[in-house]
Amino acid sequence: MEKLNGLRCRECGRHYAAAPIHVCEFCFGPLEVDYRYDVLKGVVTRESIAAGPPSMWRYKDLLPIEGDVAVGHHVGFTPLIRAQNLADELGCREIWVKNDSVCHPTWSFKDRVVAVAVTKAREFGFDTVACASTGNLANSVAAHAAEGRLKSYIFIPADLEQGKVLATLVYNPTLVAVHGTYDEVNRLCSEIADKYRWAFVNVNFRPYYSEGSKSHGFEIIEQLGWKTPGHIVVPCAGGSLITKIWKAIKELKTLGLIDGVSTKMHAAQALGCGPIVTMIKNDTDVLVPVRPSTIAKSLAIGNPADGYYAYKTAKESGGFGEHATDEEIVEGMLLLARTEGIFTETAGGVTVAAAKKLIERGVIPRDESIVLCITGNGLKTPDSLQDRLDAHVKIKPSLSAFDRALADLKSQTS
Amino acid sequence: MPVLVRIPTPLRPLTKGSAEIQAKGETVDSLIGDLERQYPGLKDRLLDEAGELRRFINIYVNQEDIRFLQAKKTALKDGDEVSIVPAIAGG
Repeated sequence: MEKLNGLRCRECGRHYAAAPIHVCEFCFGPLEVDYRYDVLKGVVTRESIAAGPPSMWRYKDLLPIEGDVAVGHHVGFTPLIRAQNLADELGCREIWVKNDSVCHPTWSFKDRVVAVAVTKAREFGFDTVACASTGNLANSVAAHAAEGRLKSYIFIPADLEQGKVLATLVYNPTLVAVHGTYDEVNRLCSEIADKYRWAFVNVNFRPYYSEGSKSHGFEIIEQLGWKTPGHIVVPCAGGSLITKIWKAIKELKTLGLIDGVSTKMHAAQALGCGPIVTMIKNDTDVLVPVRPSTIAKSLAIGNPADGYYAYKTAKESGGFGEHATDEEIVEGMLLLARTEGIFTETAGGVTVAAAKKLIERGVIPRDESIVLCITGNGLKTPDSLQDRLDAHVKIKPSLSAFDRALADLKSQTS
Repeated sequence: MPVLVRIPTPLRPLTKGSAEIQAKGETVDSLIGDLERQYPGLKDRLLDEAGELRRFINIYVNQEDIRFLQAKKTALKDGDEVSIVPAIAGG
């Protein structure tokens, strides 16, 4: 099945042959994979998808992979959980959590994009993969490079959380800690990518890489029984995920797998790094970059490459956006853990906090269905909770000691 | 004011393949004027019809995004390094 037409500039529409390139030579617009939907229509059906593996590869026909999957065979198809306790707490009828904090193998949605990018790197004959990362991407690139027997160079800001550094080093990549912000790491990587013939997953492989995010959106719709929710709240860093979930929903419509699309896409960002939500609130398509200052380091991108498209996605779908303070982020993490037993990282706290504010402000009506995209695991960033969680009971190993402690606890809470 | 300008791959067909070129200008704006004199066609790639920097191009003076400085009016001095970098994805 010839399903791909190479690449196409998202801005001026110029065509390019499939290659490891990401920028339109003429207008600098981002290049995007061009699918032949006429070929895919009727071939990709609800039944063909259901017959696929329990992983993101059940949507392989809608991803830019032409040969066999090279790495990450078990990525994706994460749980979509009906979060009734959280809904009760927030006074809502229907909340779902799309839980990529348990995505195999590195516990974030980045496994989706990396599995596509590394497979594509092998297709193009590269022996080295690389990335600029705020942590989750580093973990995933290092892991999938190890699986694919490829060399890897991982560039991170030097002040990254220790958990994310260790969860990268364990796969034995070359880890380069750069004294600077993520945006500075990113700029450096753009120049390195120009000089060395490596597969930089988020630079020259960006058109393929970013398509992997669509699988998060496809899964939400399939798991809802091929229905679109009223609202999806998405954490934004570079702005790609929200854009690609929206693209996924529109593709399902194009292919006739769903009837109508009425979903509103909402962006969630930290107050200390929220340039996309600021665009939405000010209703302007001009991005003003910021210097990040937030505990949500995985979202700390002050100059998001897809900021413009993320803004357009919220606008086009009728959605909005909200900022969360560091305090609200921690409260969001604790709320999800307390109500649903799900421990997400700071980015998930941003999503929960932003959703709560959107609900309380009436932007998201309480009687409409809401999906929260939880994209990373809390065990990677325990530091953020260090000062908040210390109330455990310490006793000697005797029943009477426990009886006393229990009586004390009861008198405190009564 | 000779400054070093780093040219990204998509623009190198216009600079005869050069990745680094020398150019002059009191400000980023006048530097772009000099680039156009040396390599006709370059200006149209950097600026849109209204003369504004294209949405997906970032310019850095000594590693600092010019949007944190004085944008196109950012002053340049001898020995400065200017990088032209397309926007890239996050992670």
